[in-house]
Amino acid sequence: MTASRTERRKIVSLSGVRKAFGNRVVLPGLDLDIYRGEFVTLLGPSGCGKTTILRLIGGFESPDAGSILLDGEDIAALDPSQRPVNTVFQSYALFPHMSVFDNVAYGLRAERRPEEEIERRVGDMLRMVQLEELARRKPDQLSGGQQQRVAIARALVKGPRLLLLDEPLSALDYKLRKQMQNELKRMQRELGITFLFITHDQEEALSMSDRVVVLRDGVIEQSGTPRDVYESPANLFVARFVGEINVLDVRVIAQLEGGRLLAEIEGKQREFDAGQHRFAPGTRLHALLRPEDMRLLPADDGSALPGEVVERNYKGMMLETLIRLDSGRQLQACEFFDESDPDFDYLLGERVGVSWVPGWEVLLADEGA
Amino acid sequence: MLNWLKYGYLSLVYLLLYLPIGVLLLYSFNASKNPYRWGGFSWHWYERLWQNTALIDAAANTLLLAISAATLSTLIGTLTAIALQRYRFRGKRFLNGMLFVVMMSPDIVLAISLLALFILVGVQLGFLSLLLAHVTFCLPFVVITVYARLSGFTPQILEAARDLGASEFRMVRTVLLPVISPALLAGWLLGFTLSLDDVVVSMFVTGPTFEILPLRIYSMVRLGIKPEVNALASVLLLLSLAALVGSQYLLTRNAPHTP
Repeated sequence: MTASRTERRKIVSLSGVRKAFGNRVVLPGLDLDIYRGEFVTLLGPSGCGKTTILRLIGGFESPDAGSILLDGEDIAALDPSQRPVNTVFQSYALFPHMSVFDNVAYGLRAERRPEEEIERRVGDMLRMVQLEELARRKPDQLSGGQQQRVAIARALVKGPRLLLLDEPLSALDYKLRKQMQNELKRMQRELGITFLFITHDQEEALSMSDRVVVLRDGVIEQSGTPRDVYESPANLFVARFVGEINVLDVRVIAQLEGGRLLAEIEGKQREFDAGQHRFAPGTRLHALLRPEDMRLLPADDGSALPGEVVERNYKGMMLETLIRLDSGRQLQACEFFDESDPDFDYLLGERVGVSWVPGWEVLLADEGA
Repeated sequence: MLNWLKYGYLSLVYLLLYLPIGVLLLYSFNASKNPYRWGGFSWHWYERLWQNTALIDAAANTLLLAISAATLSTLIGTLTAIALQRYRFRGKRFLNGMLFVVMMSPDIVLAISLLALFILVGVQLGFLSLLLAHVTFCLPFVVITVYARLSGFTPQILEAARDLGASEFRMVRTVLLPVISPALLAGWLLGFTLSLDDVVVSMFVTGPTFEILPLRIYSMVRLGIKPEVNALASVLLLLSLAALVGSQYLLTRNAPHTP
């Protein structure tokens, strides 16, 4: 899939897009390409500029500089009503005085389509989101999940070339959210429409997208498949934002044969896999470790980092532990229950040794952060 | 005991509110000319009212003035509310504050300053001066009513309409106006009633060519209460009740609820 990406057609191409509100620069100069049929998620904390990007593409803001191309055509000056792009708004923004049917039909009526065609296309769309029976209801007679479906149907009925989704699931409860995530993925596959989704929820971003774009202060920190972003974060910000992570300080002692590295970590000497990188002795690095890659060993294991259990949380299918190392640093570990030892558990204050699967750590240069 | 006290108190409050109106209604049917004695049921005063062309003319003038003032202030007030709610511009807070100044300032102050202004500018006292004055004091109420409605729904529904391909005009016609229509009606009715029963401001800015009902009644009462006034007040009461019930019916029938 990654190999074919270069051959695929760009549907949206933002280059050098700058946007400021008064003195506050939201996007200092953004380059972003979205390819046909992709499910792209913009992920970032609030205020990172993700909503502004959506509003620029939708036509509700205009860029101070740069170009926005849709299928090769510059749309930066086009009115929102002229763009072949539709939006699912965060608060659904359903028209309160219209029935479900009229809400979905609104875009087609604005295009002055014949009434039979409207009837048919709205009917098809309502069937897809399973709301046929509720077509005569008003939005305030629907549950949150149903309102959400109406908003999606309304945005999809015109067959946009690109669908923009502005945190559409943030108001739903956990179960409904999971269900809608699957439905959105299904619709995207069935209709073949490109989705640009924004969220601040990393779990949602990872589970739904073909590609995740992590943003901070209007700058793209990393763009890649969910697996890339989670397993090989480009920097400390991405690592910390996408999932839980432990950060340990490492000082290089010597570069060894075959890309191996001898380094000091929390007072112990260990070997690391440096890959292509070469580090001079004395270089300070960060080792990043996901909680699920940590292994808890008996306290007397010589190679492990000694510490004690300060918190344990039972999570159903796994056990989450917080360990304070003797150096004072706290680490999170997360172990799954398995058949060999279904009742493993720790006491608070129990002495343990912390280790990890060799080679699963990510080494990053110390950014001074 | 507590229950009795509760209902007793409530009855007392309502009695205090409605007793005068009840007496007025009752005495509009009084056959006796003496306002302190019940002389049997009669339509007499209603007949006399119907023959009193000066009073009928004044009532027609008042209705014309109230409808014009309410309509004009609803038009101007709605546009003002939209501007204040949707756009950011220099001096917005000042403009907003000035509305409250007009609303809070005593009628007598407004009346004197309007009169001074009209004389200075050379506006002939009569229908025009009354209309300008009434629009002035109705305006803040309309703006506040419509503004509250506009703040009650998410501005994203307007963007959604544009996003779905509606022109600015179509968006206003099919989304904005239907959603704020209850507030428009409420603002209009508020302006209508304010204009209908204003005495203080009207007294100052009225002219000899255009007599309105509140001032006419006021001058009649000064010479002693004529029972025709009771009949007239009863008719007005009936009309305003009908308007109230009618508007409530319209509002509940197609009330757009905001989520």
